Amino acid sequence: METQTNSRLADLYAMMRRIRTFEERVGELFVRGQSAGSMLHLSIGEEAAAVGVGTAMRDGDTFTTHHRGHGVFLARGADPRLMMAEIAGKETGYCSGKGGSMHIADMKLGHLGANAIVGGGIPFVVGAGLAARQKSSDSLSVAFFGDGATGQGILYESMNMAALWRLPVLFVCINNQYGMGTRIDNATADPDLYKRAIPFGLRGASVDGTDVEAVAEIAGKMITDARAGKPGFLVVDCYRFYGHARMDKSPYRDDAEESEGRLRDPVIKARETLISRGEIDGSSLDEMDQNIAAEMDATIDFAADAREPQLDSIFDDVYDPSTPPPESVRGRLARILGQRQ
Amino acid sequence: MGKTTYRDALRQALSDSMTTDPNVVLIGEEVGRYGGAYGVTKGLIDEFGPDRVIDTPISEPSIVGAAVGAAMSGLRPVAELMYVDFIGMTMDQLANQAAKIRYMFGGQIGVPMILRTQGGTGRSAGAQHSQSLEAYVMHTPGLRLAMPATVSDAYHLLRQSMAQPDPVVFIEHKALYATSGELDDQTPVVPWGKAHVPRQGDDLVIVTYSRQLHYAISAADTLAKDGIEATIIDLRTLNPLDIDTIRTHVERCGHAMVVSEGVMTAGVAAELAARISEECFDFLENPVIRIAGEDIPISVSPLLETNSVPTPELIVDAARMMRS
Ligand SMILES: Cc1ncc(C[n+]2csc(CCOP(=O)(O)OP(=O)(O)O)c2C)c(N)n1
Ligand SMILES: [Mg+2]
Repeated sequence: METQTNSRLADLYAMMRRIRTFEERVGELFVRGQSAGSMLHLSIGEEAAAVGVGTAMRDGDTFTTHHRGHGVFLARGADPRLMMAEIAGKETGYCSGKGGSMHIADMKLGHLGANAIVGGGIPFVVGAGLAARQKSSDSLSVAFFGDGATGQGILYESMNMAALWRLPVLFVCINNQYGMGTRIDNATADPDLYKRAIPFGLRGASVDGTDVEAVAEIAGKMITDARAGKPGFLVVDCYRFYGHARMDKSPYRDDAEESEGRLRDPVIKARETLISRGEIDGSSLDEMDQNIAAEMDATIDFAADAREPQLDSIFDDVYDPSTPPPESVRGRLARILGQRQ
Repeated sequence: MGKTTYRDALRQALSDSMTTDPNVVLIGEEVGRYGGAYGVTKGLIDEFGPDRVIDTPISEPSIVGAAVGAAMSGLRPVAELMYVDFIGMTMDQLANQAAKIRYMFGGQIGVPMILRTQGGTGRSAGAQHSQSLEAYVMHTPGLRLAMPATVSDAYHLLRQSMAQPDPVVFIEHKALYATSGELDDQTPVVPWGKAHVPRQGDDLVIVTYSRQLHYAISAADTLAKDGIEATIIDLRTLNPLDIDTIRTHVERCGHAMVVSEGVMTAGVAAELAARISEECFDFLENPVIRIAGEDIPISVSPLLETNSVPTPELIVDAARMMRS
C-alpha cells in the first residue's frame, strides 16, 4: 500500500510509520513464537535514516544493509507480507525461508542483501559502483551499516577504493549510539564518525536522525555528487530505542538515558511538524496510522498462513539450478550400505 | 561442585584461572559489561576489573592479533570470537601468525593463547551464525582444538586448555549452554588429549564430539532396544587426536561410524574416517561411515535447519543399515 498525499513530509511520515508498525508486528510475531528464532533487530528510532536516504535514491540504484535493515528495505519498496513470511522462515518469504530477518534480499528492488556479518555487505557497493561505470549506467549503490561497523577494517578499505576510483557510491552509517551493549564512546576514541571520510578524500557529513527532511536533503545532495564520481560518507545520528535483539533488555544502559533517547523520535517529530505547519491535520494522520496498522496486522496472518518450506529444498540453491544438487547424507548411505546388504 | 550448567562451568573455569594466574586476561566483543553474547563471562568484569576483562570494538582480526602479541609478551590471553562463523575474518592472525610463530622463529617462543568461540545450529540464527567450522582449525598445523560436550568438560577442558603451551581454539556449542550436569571441579574425567568413553558395547563404535555426543547417546539407547550395543567415544580434543582409544575400540567391534555436525566433505568426519580406515583396515567389516552435516549452508527455517545436520534418528538408521 502506498499512501500518497500532497505533502512530501506526509509521505515520508507515512513510510516511517509503516516501518515502525511493521517492526512492532515483528516483535509480536516473536512473542507468538512464530518467528524463526529471536535474532530480530528492530530499527525503531532509526526510521528517518532509512526513509530519508531511501527517498533520495531511485529505481535501478542498489544497496546493502546490515542486520538491522527492515526499515531500509521497506523504504525501497519491499512488500511487508513477503518480509514477514521470510522472518517467519516460510517458503513464501523473500528468500524461501532460508535467509530470515538478517539475510533478506530482493534483487528486483536492488537489494543486494542484508548481512549478519558486521561490515559484510559494505564492499559490495564498491563492486556495484565498478559495474555501473563499466556499463555506463548512472545507477548508484548505497551501503547501510551501523556505527559498530566503523570498527571493521573492511569499511576503510572500501572507502579508500570508492574515493580512489571515484565510484558512484554512498556509505551510510546509522549511528544509533550502540553496538550491542557497547556505547560508541567505548568503541572509539573519536565518536565524531563523519570525520573518517576526510583522510580518504570522501565527502563527509553527519545529520540529525530525528529530522527526516534534513536526512533527505543531505542524502539527495550527496547522492547527486556520488553519481558524478564524488562518493560520500553520511552519518545519521539517532538512538536505538530497544534492545539489540529480541532477547536483550539493555541492562547496560540506565533508564534515564533510555527515556531521553526515546524522545529523539523521528516519527513523532514529523507528525508534530506536519500539524504545526498545517500541512495535514491530526485526524487525517490518525486515519493514515489506522490504515497502516491494518496493513501491517495482515502481514502476521499472511506469515502464519504461509507455506512451510519443503524438506528437500535444503539442497536447492547451493549451486545454480542447472547443475546437480549436493548428494544427501541419507542418499549416500543408501548407495553405500544398501548395496552391501 | 555439584550440579551446574555448561555456561556456568565455563565461567567458573575462567574465574578460577584468573584467580590463580594474574596473567590471564579476557579480550573480546561484549565480554565485559554485557557479560558475553551467551552470558559466559557475566560478572567477571566486576570480579576482575576492566583491565583484565577487556571489551573491544567490533574488530575481530585485531582481537585475535592482539591476543597473539599479548601471549608473546607474557600474558595468557583468552580471546573471544562471538561466533565461530567470524573465524574467516581472523584467519590470517590465527593461521599465518598464531599457528606458525613457534615454528617460523625456530622455537624461540610459543603463543599460549586461547580463542574461545561457539558454533553449531539450534537457534534459527541462519547461514552466517550457525556453522561448525572446526575443520578450518584442524587443517592448520600449530593450532590445538578442543570441543567440550559435557558440563564437566566445559570446566575441565577449558582449565586444561589454559595450561597448554600453544594456541588452543576452544569451540563451545550454542545449543549446550543451558544443559546441566554434575561437575567435580577437582577431578577431570580424563587428561588433556584423551578421549572419554561414556558407553561401551560390542557391536559398533560411534566416534563423535560436541553436541553430537548427546545425539549419539540418545541413538545408542534406541539401538540397545534392537539389541545393537554401541561404544561411544567423545573425542574432547581434535588436536591432539586420541587415535589409540579409537583404535582399541574399533578393533574390538569391527564397525565404526563417525558423527560430526560440520559439513561432510573434507571435514573432521572425513579425517577421522580416513584415520580409522588406515589404522584398523584388517578389523573392519564395513566401510567407516560418516554421518555429518549436509554439504549445504544452514537455513533460518527451524525445519530446514534441524534437517541440515545429523539427528539421533539419522544415526539410528545408519547404525541399523550397518548392522543388518
Ligand atoms: C563480524 C561480526 N562481529 C560481531 C557480530 C555480532 N554482532 C552482531 S550485531 C553487533 C553490533 C553491531 O552494532 P552496529 O554496527 O552499531 O549495528 P546496530 O546493531 O547498532 O544496528 C555485533 C557485535 C557480527 N554479527 N559480525
Ligand atoms: Mg549501532
